[in-house]
Amino acid sequence: MIAETCVYERPVGLTAAHTHYCPGCTHGIAHRLTAETLEELGILGRTIGVASVGCSVFAYNYIACDFVGAAHGRAPAVATGLKRVLPDRIIFTYQGDGDLASIGLGEVLHAAARGESITVIFINNAIYGMTGGQMAPTSPPGMVTSSSPGGRNPQQMGYPIRVSELVAQMEGAVYVARRSLHNPTEIRKAKKALHLAFEHQIAGHGFTMVELLSNCPTNWGLTPIESLRWIEERMIPVFPLGELKNVGGGRLKVEG
Amino acid sequence: MTRELLKGNEAIAEAAVRAGLDAYFGYPITPQTELLEYLARRMPELGRAFVQAESEVAAINMVYGAACTGRRVMTSSSGPGISLMQEGLSYIAGAELPAVVVDVMRGGPGLGNIAACQSDYFQVTRSAGHGDFRPLTLAPATIQEAIDLTGLAFDLAERYRMLVILLVDGNLGQMMEPAESPPFRQREPSLPEWALGGAEGRPPRIITSIYLQPEALERHNLALQAKLAAIAEREQRSSGMYLEDADLIVVAFGSAARVAQNAVEAARARGMAVGLFRPITLSPFPSRRLARLAPRARAFLVVEMNAGQMIEDVRLAVGERAPVRFYGRMGGVEMLPDEVVQAIEQTMHDTRVTKNGARRLDVEVRS
Ligand SMILES: Cc1ncc(C[n+]2csc(CCOP(=O)(O)OP(=O)(O)O)c2C)c(N)n1
Ligand code: SF4
Repeated sequence: MIAETCVYERPVGLTAAHTHYCPGCTHGIAHRLTAETLEELGILGRTIGVASVGCSVFAYNYIACDFVGAAHGRAPAVATGLKRVLPDRIIFTYQGDGDLASIGLGEVLHAAARGESITVIFINNAIYGMTGGQMAPTSPPGMVTSSSPGGRNPQQMGYPIRVSELVAQMEGAVYVARRSLHNPTEIRKAKKALHLAFEHQIAGHGFTMVELLSNCPTNWGLTPIESLRWIEERMIPVFPLGELKNVGGGRLKVEG
Repeated sequence: MTRELLKGNEAIAEAAVRAGLDAYFGYPITPQTELLEYLARRMPELGRAFVQAESEVAAINMVYGAACTGRRVMTSSSGPGISLMQEGLSYIAGAELPAVVVDVMRGGPGLGNIAACQSDYFQVTRSAGHGDFRPLTLAPATIQEAIDLTGLAFDLAERYRMLVILLVDGNLGQMMEPAESPPFRQREPSLPEWALGGAEGRPPRIITSIYLQPEALERHNLALQAKLAAIAEREQRSSGMYLEDADLIVVAFGSAARVAQNAVEAARARGMAVGLFRPITLSPFPSRRLARLAPRARAFLVVEMNAGQMIEDVRLAVGERAPVRFYGRMGGVEMLPDEVVQAIEQTMHDTRVTKNGARRLDVEVRS
């Protein structure tokens, strides 16, 4: 008889609720990595998450910490308010590209510039998932969406915005990384990035952000497997992976 | 306690500090900027949170975040900024969070001007954002009252987990007069039982305003309305003078009420039986007391520094029982007491009791 050994359990940081995400959507992987990280760092009980507007609007039903739902794009401002009154708590936002790179670009850049000690988890799936597949500021040139039916034409519709590069330029940002969820190796690197980001926050160093390239099989019109290949072939060339910034010890405190 | 010469905006800021303000988030706009500047110095000095946000949109969302912890939080702005804050105001209302917003009104619409005006009455009392809600609105007429109502605003916000707006006009924000700041209030640093602070030792809490099921949202809306009804029952506030024998009642709030008071005194000196009714809560509107006055008064004259906004609430309270007239100036033009005396005389004349005892029809007169 073979003894049962459990090799993989539901993390304490995930609730028992079934998620509402489409089959094959990597939002679920990002949730799991977030929950595992909070649990492993022992901070789940003093963490407050800020959910945004988009497919992840109900993230609070799945990740088992205190949560507040923010208006579209405003999560970094809401996180700022929380952190300023509870500086010893761990605050993170979970935002899609429509939320963060479009309507909320100002909020995220300014939170980074202020060096707010928060962690932004940025799910970049190059499209507006929840509203049914419209073009996002992160849609690669040529991408067909419901609002760029002929493919994104940069002459008319502009070029994709590389938010991590922008944020990394901000003096107050101490850790910025772009990772991907399209294969197990990258998923492990994504987890490592989340760990580092939260460790910087625990140490009070400043603003941290992890961008995770994700899929949207439903609105991309691809099978889950095809969509993972699409991340590799179409997204990574536009959004190169790597650690864009890691300021050991955080920013110097300015006296005066 | 001593009376000092205080500037309106700074007096409100200090009153908020003494009421236990934990965090302020704001963005500069005339005529409220001194409030932000004062707190930029005062809050860090006391080890409390202050952030100059990148926009009013961000400022109100910072308020929303901080309010999730049940702490005392505040922002301030003026018309154009309040417009930008409407998104956040609606979320605060939807999530039933306590927060105080000071609107030091200026002239509009658009960029308008920075002169004292009462043009945001509709914006603030009718809804202050999308959806279906009303914030509690307090309208002081003196700096002392602004100070007192600031403390009350925090108490009401907390008692009802509710958005409270202190509606001040540019005059009151900018002028100086003798007033007394309240004593410092000691507050418990513990989080209220509904607030967020980390789920250690208890199940996680969620603060949100989304209700996808229509029935669930309707239940939430009904609960919000029931709260408003309870507030309307308990919190109507107003003040008045010479109301006992008044043939004509002037209704005015804020700075316009001060001009109206001078006009009423002048009219009294000339033997006219005029009184002044001054709403202090604009929402809930003090309609109970006004309705009681309606059968006795021959007419009502509403005086506002706008095109006639509060007049709608007065009409609702008075109904068909007496004619309601309006006198107002706009664009930051301040009416003089003499203009109001003239409007009083005109109204007295036009609404004199006819031979058969019936009142003459109400005819609009505008400046
Ligand atoms: C102020 C405002 N504008 C528009 C919307 C509608 N809306 C809901 S979700 C969404 C896009 C979300 O896309 P993204 O952030 O990329 O998240 P995803 O759904 O792809 O995970 C939009 C535009 C809204 N809720 N609020
Ligand atoms: S619409 Fe796209 S992003 Fe949203 S859950 Fe479905 S697959 Fe995921």
